[in-house]
Amino acid sequence: MIKFKNPPSILGYASVGGKEEYEGPLGAGLDFHDSENRFSEKTWEKSEASMQRIALNLAISGCKGEKPELKYIFAGDLINQCTSSSYGLVDFEVPYIGLFGACSTCAEGLALASLFVDSGYADCTAAVTSSHFCSAERQFRFPLEYGGQRPPTAQRTVTAAGAFLLSDRPGKIRVHDVCFGITNDGGITDANNMGAAMAPAAVDTLMRYFDETSTAPDDYDRIFTGDLGFEGWSLVKELSKEQGRAFGENYDDCGLLVYNRELRDMHAGGSGCGCSAMTLAAYILPKMEKGELKNVLFVGTGALMSPTSVQQGESIPGVAHLVHLVADDRR
Amino acid sequence: MSVNKEKYKKLADKRAVKSPIVKNCVKAFLTGGFICLVGQLLSTLYTSLGIDADTVKMLIPVTLIFVTALLTGFGLFDKIAKHAGAGTLVPITGFANAVIAPAIDNKAEGLVLGLGAKIFIIAGPVILYGTFASALYGAVLWIVSLFG
Repeated sequence: MIKFKNPPSILGYASVGGKEEYEGPLGAGLDFHDSENRFSEKTWEKSEASMQRIALNLAISGCKGEKPELKYIFAGDLINQCTSSSYGLVDFEVPYIGLFGACSTCAEGLALASLFVDSGYADCTAAVTSSHFCSAERQFRFPLEYGGQRPPTAQRTVTAAGAFLLSDRPGKIRVHDVCFGITNDGGITDANNMGAAMAPAAVDTLMRYFDETSTAPDDYDRIFTGDLGFEGWSLVKELSKEQGRAFGENYDDCGLLVYNRELRDMHAGGSGCGCSAMTLAAYILPKMEKGELKNVLFVGTGALMSPTSVQQGESIPGVAHLVHLVADDRR
Repeated sequence: MSVNKEKYKKLADKRAVKSPIVKNCVKAFLTGGFICLVGQLLSTLYTSLGIDADTVKMLIPVTLIFVTALLTGFGLFDKIAKHAGAGTLVPITGFANAVIAPAIDNKAEGLVLGLGAKIFIIAGPVILYGTFASALYGAVLWIVSLFG
């Protein structure tokens, strides 16, 4: 756990999404959407890059007061060699630090961007991430038009991007402390059950965090995991009970919030870097700003596999990074 | 926190929501049967037009492949197959879709390294092992005929 001496504030944030996301329960919170999921680009990979560019531009333009001058960008995505981030953010001409944490990238980027502000190396940094259903489907599964059935444990990659600006300026929402995750291999080999692959990592990070801070799950208004979906969410509940710190009603998962699983055929829920990023920007942070939530644990969860490792029958290690967000009226 | 992999895998398997097998089988039976019915109707139609039996045998799969290609191109086939499962996969429609889908999908990477190289990425194993199996069948048939 890293407790900040000068907790950075979240100066601005924005989310961009596709059709399914806009029509989902959190759609109203999106700052921009394209119902064709194309974002004016010809390839899905460029569409995803475009989402990151739009999200960061919106986050910067949405800042109150003097326009901030970005010093560093931390960004990552799911596509090979993280091209959505590097291509999408190339025009900003700001030092760029590429990340890969699979779907935990949002929390990983937030934590690192916060560290740079806390340490005084920068007065303003950005964390950006994205995922696109079409580009992820092509890379990890089947061609888009291929007709196949998916098991109920499969999750749908969320088409969304989120951008967050961290600053040393005063602000209502602050990143209080962060806890980086340890990779954790639960022995799951099924790429259609990523929630189960990531659940032990999420529980591990949370338990370490509770130990180090001497707190309990009930001390927080809400605890969000990134994209465990129904399977992972229920496994986390079970594992947390085994660990003697059962999660109650305040535990939720972004993968369950982002889509209406009953109305639409979304199987176990949403996944992808965009899942937690969109939920944070379109749901959690607005609620914190309104004062409905004050003390939140946001845990990005990532399944660290590649199409090759899955084909070779390797089990899928998970990782979970925790970001503790606090809304404070005094500042 | 270290998890016992075997114990955890069992827990995860137990927790995993299972596919509705009976419902899927019924849907597959009905759609697969419907495609066969269409095939039979095509056969009757072509025969009534005075086309000879050998050409009719060729025209039926050609028609089904053409329709699959159209439906795949318009993005409708995957929506049907999501429900139909093996019903659309097992007939020639499944094979046609498995060739056409990657052809559309990989266009962006160029005609040679994209479309050309990846068109058989799903159907390739079927072609390889299908050819191999028929060769094996031929060899077995030949050996049996030596003693017959």
